[in-house]
Amino acid sequence: MLLTFFEWCEATVLGETIRTSLWLFPAIECVHLLGLVMLGGSVLMVDLRLLGVGLREQPIAQVADAGHRLLTTGLIIMLATGIPLFLSEAIKCYYSPSFWVKILTLLPAIAFALTVRRRVTGADPATVNDRQRTLTAVASLGLWFTVAAAGRWIGFS
Amino acid sequence: MLLTIFQRMAETPWSVALHESLWVWPLIESTHVLTLALFAGTAMLFDLRLTGRALTSMPTATVMARLLPLTRLGFVLMVATGLLLFYASPVRNYQNIFFRTKMLLMVLAGLNVWLFHNGIYRRVHEWGHAAELPRAARMAGWASLLLWTGVIVTGRLVAYNWFDCDIQPQSAFVNWAAGCVVP
Repeated sequence: MLLTFFEWCEATVLGETIRTSLWLFPAIECVHLLGLVMLGGSVLMVDLRLLGVGLREQPIAQVADAGHRLLTTGLIIMLATGIPLFLSEAIKCYYSPSFWVKILTLLPAIAFALTVRRRVTGADPATVNDRQRTLTAVASLGLWFTVAAAGRWIGFS
Repeated sequence: MLLTIFQRMAETPWSVALHESLWVWPLIESTHVLTLALFAGTAMLFDLRLTGRALTSMPTATVMARLLPLTRLGFVLMVATGLLLFYASPVRNYQNIFFRTKMLLMVLAGLNVWLFHNGIYRRVHEWGHAAELPRAARMAGWASLLLWTGVIVTGRLVAYNWFDCDIQPQSAFVNWAAGCVVP
C-alpha cells in the first residue's frame, strides 16, 4: 500500500522531470541547503537563548518572536524544495532507513516547535523555570539535529 | 607546483585511508554540512540585522557581540572539517572549478568582513537601537549574504564531476579554469 504511494510519487511529472535533468536535482538541493541555514540558524538562536547562550540580554519572547518568523520561512523553503527532491527518488527513499528516521522525526520536530516550544518561549518568564527551559531547548536541538543528520545520510545510503 | 604538492599529498597513507573510509569521510562531510547552521546561520542572522530584515528590535552592537563567538566557533569547525575533506582528495578538489570558485568567493567574503570591521562598523556605538542602519552597513550585509550563498552553492557543487579533468574533451575555458593538464 505504502510502496504503491511511493511508486506513484516517483512517477509524477515533477519527479520524472527532476530525475531526467542533469542539473535540476543539484540546483534544488542547493536551495534546500540554504533553507537549512535559515531554519538551523533560527533554531540555534532560540534554543541557545533558552540555555543562556547567545542573545542573552534580549528577553526570550523577543528572540523567539524573531526566530519564529525565520523558522517558518526556512521551513517553507525546505518543504518546497524537499518535496520535489523526494518525488525524484521516492523509491530509493522508501528503502532508505535514513529517510524514515528523518520523516518520522520531522513531524514531531515541527509539532514541538509550534506547540510546546512556542508556549515555553512565549510564556511570562515568571511562570517557567530554568529546568523547563533547558529541557525544551535540548528536546528541540535533539529533534532538529536528528532530522538534519538523517537527511544528509539519505545521500550516503 | 601546487599540483605536485597535492599529488604527493594524495599518496600519503592517511589521505588514501580517509578517501576510502566507509564511515569517517561521511561523518566528517556531515559535520561540515550541519555546522553550516551554526556558522552560516549565525552570520546570516547578523547580516539580516544589518540589512534591516530581522532582529531589528535589538541593538546591532549586542547582536554582533553575542553572535560573533558562535560564528567564530562555527568557522573553526567548518575549516577543520573542510581541510580534512580537502586532504581526502587533494588533486580532485584542487582541479575542480566549483572548489576554485568557492575559494575565490571565500577570499571576497573575508575581504568584506575586514572592510566592514575596519570601516563603517567602527561607528556601531552610534547606531544603538536604530532599525535602519547607514547605507554602507546595509551594503556590507547584502554583500555578505550574497557571497556566503555563493560559497554554499559552489561548495555543494564540488560533489559533481561535470567539469572534472579526467572527463575530456572539456572546453578550453574549463581546462584553463580547472588547471587541467591536457596532453
